[in-house]
Amino acid sequence: MIIFWVVVYLVIVALLGYLGYRRTHGTSDYLVAGRNIHPFVMALSYGATFISTSAIVGFGGAAGIFGMGILWLTFLNIFMGIFIAFIFFGKKTREMGFKMNSHTFPELIGNRFSSVFLQKFMGIVIFLFMPLYAGVVLIGAAKYIEQQFGIDYSTALFFFSFIIAVYVIMGGLKGVMYTDAFQGSIMFVGMVILVVYTYYILGGFTEAHKALTAMPTPPPLAAKGHQGWTSMPSFNSGFWWVMVSTIIMGVGIGVLAQPQLVIRFMTVRSNRELNRAVAIGGIFILMMTGVAFVTGSLSNVYFSKNVHNLDFCATSGAVKEVHANLPELKITPKNLALIQKKFPDAKVGDKITKGQGIPCEETKKGTIAVAAAGGEVDNIIPVYIKNAMPHWFGVLFMLTLLAAAMSTLSSQFHTMGTAIARDFFEQFGNKEESKNQTVFISKLGIGVTIIISVALAYILPIVVVKGEAIIARGTAIFFGLCAGAFLPAYIAALYWKKATRTGVVSSVLVGFFSAAFWITFVHSAESSVLGIANALLGKDTLISGTWSSVDPMFISLPVSAIVLVLVSIFTRNDNQEEIDRLFQK
Amino acid sequence: MLGFGDIWVFLAYFSSILVAILCMVYGILNWNKGEESEPASR
Repeated sequence: MIIFWVVVYLVIVALLGYLGYRRTHGTSDYLVAGRNIHPFVMALSYGATFISTSAIVGFGGAAGIFGMGILWLTFLNIFMGIFIAFIFFGKKTREMGFKMNSHTFPELIGNRFSSVFLQKFMGIVIFLFMPLYAGVVLIGAAKYIEQQFGIDYSTALFFFSFIIAVYVIMGGLKGVMYTDAFQGSIMFVGMVILVVYTYYILGGFTEAHKALTAMPTPPPLAAKGHQGWTSMPSFNSGFWWVMVSTIIMGVGIGVLAQPQLVIRFMTVRSNRELNRAVAIGGIFILMMTGVAFVTGSLSNVYFSKNVHNLDFCATSGAVKEVHANLPELKITPKNLALIQKKFPDAKVGDKITKGQGIPCEETKKGTIAVAAAGGEVDNIIPVYIKNAMPHWFGVLFMLTLLAAAMSTLSSQFHTMGTAIARDFFEQFGNKEESKNQTVFISKLGIGVTIIISVALAYILPIVVVKGEAIIARGTAIFFGLCAGAFLPAYIAALYWKKATRTGVVSSVLVGFFSAAFWITFVHSAESSVLGIANALLGKDTLISGTWSSVDPMFISLPVSAIVLVLVSIFTRNDNQEEIDRLFQK
Repeated sequence: MLGFGDIWVFLAYFSSILVAILCMVYGILNWNKGEESEPASR
């Protein structure tokens, strides 16, 4: 049954990829989909690229811990990621991209400031750091396939990457966007059913919220500032900073300078298509992140009230079938007495491994979502789907997650490949000759970046000890670098005639290096995983306390913007007349 | 407050829905505006 639907899904994806291949006749088709994409396809492609598996499973699971306050991210996703992005960035980007015949985000910025260096630098940043983002999305997808089908992780990784590689390399951006639109449609249907059914089994809208509000906060969470799942964390607490600076602002604003999203604005024929896409995009994102966050939060009610009379294990708090797969269980004062029934010498702090046989002590008493999922945040949504939803929905949700991963990855591969081909290699040697080879070089570039991403997805879970944080951290690192390095330059390119090449080059360099410094040496969430600070200085972060919780974007973005303004004031453009004409309506 | 624990979460929930509706209204009101085959013809 599951295999049948997966095969049907893959056949449709292959047909759409082939359609893209048949309709690709040159550079413009391959890089910007011929600048003639339908607004419905464009909106769904933008949304499906925006939303990856980590947004649904990773951030949905995070909502199981943080609660519904995380919905401010949904607000920002729609307001910044759709409304502001399309109306204030999209229209200008489309017009400038067309006027200057730009085919990539770095080429747009490079042409606008007449700087080949900018184009090359941005291209190389995308080429070097986007594979990390693509790699972690691949990890999420391969892990999910491994769990669902019992296929070995490496096999899942190579098989999954190969399918995407074929239609991205052959179909170009048209193939990517056609398949995105199909995948986005599956995601939309899956998430609508998920939220309606969740409210239905919890007794309706108000009843579900009341039950969630009435749940007491466990002391370990309260100590970090948690005040309940329908309240914001206490101001200035550790939880508040993580939620507001990293999750809400970091991701909410970082989205504006994502190269794989910016390119979508250059794929439509006129501003009319962008206006129409806004209408579709807002609702799409609401149904993606909004539903994931509401469901993640409400899963606490489902598990703690034990709505479907599940078997739990009192020793771990996990659902029985999750408990059976726990690799180990730490002994706490809470479960000590139960553990001592089987291991009389056990004491607090010891660990019982799966091999020793972790005692269960079956009970019908429910727990909060993260405990029910065996302590794994990324497991909350999958465990909820498996237990709360009908079996047929499990198949649909699996396709939803496959679609979310494939639509994001295909765009990442296309963006990385064109960055290294168009923005880097084409800028050396005989430009005219290499421009005739753009599609061929891009295909090679995409192939190379896919190999790098797959290698990272293979190596990262082995070398990074704290494996479970990889997905969220890899995403945050790329978003932080893009916001710090690219966002001020992008805004200046579209809106400030007097911004100078020197100002923008300084801003991009300062933004990139300040973000990289903060990620490597200060922001503990990343610096502890990277381990560079520890190797050089013997500690995870240079500055402890609240500063180590502040997202890199809060530092690099203002610094980069200030540098751009100050340097532009004290320097001048030698082609101001040309720039003035570019801004003419 | 429809079962919410504090005003900020209530606002987060409904402002997300409202901004999605705002996008839809904007798109519908401007459905036929902005048509031109290109801004350009370099």
